[in-house]
Amino acid sequence: MCGIVGLFLKKDELRPQLGDMLTDMLITMTDRGPDSAGIAIYGEETEGMVKITVQSDTPEEAFAELDGALTSAIHSPVSMKVIDTHAVLTVADSVEAKAIEVLEEKGLRIMGSGQTMEIYKEVGLPKNVASRFGLRDMGGSHGIGHTRMATESAVTTMGAHPFSTADDQCLVHNGSLSNHNQMRRKLAKKGVFTRSENDTEVGAAYISSRIADGATLGEALEGTIEDLDGFFTFVTGTKDGFGVVRDPIACKPAVMAETDDYVAFASEYRAFADLPGIDGARVWEPEPATVYFWER
Amino acid sequence: MSISLDMAQTELREVNTTLQAAAKAQANEDYVIENPRGSHAVACGLDGPVSVTVKGSTGYYCAGMNKDAEVTVEGSAGPGVAENMMSGVVTIEGDASQYAGATGHGGLLNIKGNASSRCGISMKGIDIVVHGNIGHMSAFMAQKGNLVVLGDAGDALGDSLYEACLFVRGDVKSLGADCIEKELRPEHIEVLADLLAKAGADAKPEEFKRYGSARTLYNFNIDNADAY
Repeated sequence: MCGIVGLFLKKDELRPQLGDMLTDMLITMTDRGPDSAGIAIYGEETEGMVKITVQSDTPEEAFAELDGALTSAIHSPVSMKVIDTHAVLTVADSVEAKAIEVLEEKGLRIMGSGQTMEIYKEVGLPKNVASRFGLRDMGGSHGIGHTRMATESAVTTMGAHPFSTADDQCLVHNGSLSNHNQMRRKLAKKGVFTRSENDTEVGAAYISSRIADGATLGEALEGTIEDLDGFFTFVTGTKDGFGVVRDPIACKPAVMAETDDYVAFASEYRAFADLPGIDGARVWEPEPATVYFWER
Repeated sequence: MSISLDMAQTELREVNTTLQAAAKAQANEDYVIENPRGSHAVACGLDGPVSVTVKGSTGYYCAGMNKDAEVTVEGSAGPGVAENMMSGVVTIEGDASQYAGATGHGGLLNIKGNASSRCGISMKGIDIVVHGNIGHMSAFMAQKGNLVVLGDAGDALGDSLYEACLFVRGDVKSLGADCIEKELRPEHIEVLADLLAKAGADAKPEEFKRYGSARTLYNFNIDNADAY
């Protein structure tokens, strides 16, 4: 069991409230996943720049002078924002690959990167994770969150969702994949590598790899129905929106709500209870083996 | 005069204890539950005559194990609504999520919207009327009772069916193993007319098709011995 929440705002004036709305949704899903929590938030972008979110278990040490060290290593300006165990480093997109290489060499864990996406995830109760990162105060156009009850890999930061396997792309998952080791090997042969032992990361890598090969988000999500075996309700985030797909058996719950202001996703209706205008919203259960997505 | 319980102020356990005590007291009281906010197990385990109206949507297992009580949800219901219901009436004004009415022994589950997958799975005597559509694997291993669907049915309707009767007015995407269409005879029209009237459904019994068990899975077929 795990909990998933997602929120896509249709109106720009609501952007400052995104974190607040998502935090309530996330905390409501605590009893579906009390061991870890995470959120991918799509916020501001700066032309030509990319944000790299990294994590360290020893942030004081690891993040001290990190921006300066990275600037020297990549010969390009770096700005850094530290939030608890995470740091977001903004660099020119031309030096992104080099910057990630340097950061990994320093033993930092890469949570994700992209023009607008930042990822924050940790072990602990969702309310504690949310307060450590100040999720409530974060703004943005859309975001997805996950509360984890681990089944397929250990309870660690790297095992928490969301998983990001390409710029501005991330995936959260309720369920378990049964052919993830086989798919991991297939992807590795194509040069697509994962960072953890987790099954969901393989799902994320599969989707990213399909998109890199030219598929649309819709086609990549369609592909999960054929190529991934197991139980899943997936919610995937991209720079422009988010998509939802459930396996054909569809035993993992999912509910969606739409108003003129937002599209919301959750594992259970109760995550919607505090959303403005929910009483007048169109609420429905996404069909099995059917891809849904919203893009701006 | 109805008694109001507000779940914004009252814990779920207190709400259910109050309702269960009212049911046991056989006092025929009317209760209104405000602010259910998708809570789990609202109004479950009621085993006497009490009327409950839930003002909003509920989560997992609403009105489970219902006996004699009347429960109305003025919203949608999460997975497993009216699971293992024994008697009484459960009405959902909106949609019902997966396995609505699972293993139900009796009573009427009236779903005004759609029901998703596995509606009436292993039903054992309950009557279920769905005014909209139902999802895949509905009435899987259904043993007894009637499932009436005014809209369409998803894949594998009535897979491994026993003696439950299935009536569908719209299209059936596919039938499950051992489920076949059967003749709609006068005695079935009588049952349907009664259920449609009880559910307040605007449909004519003659518009439905009946599906039931071909009964080919009841006995072991020696020709399949090699398969084991």
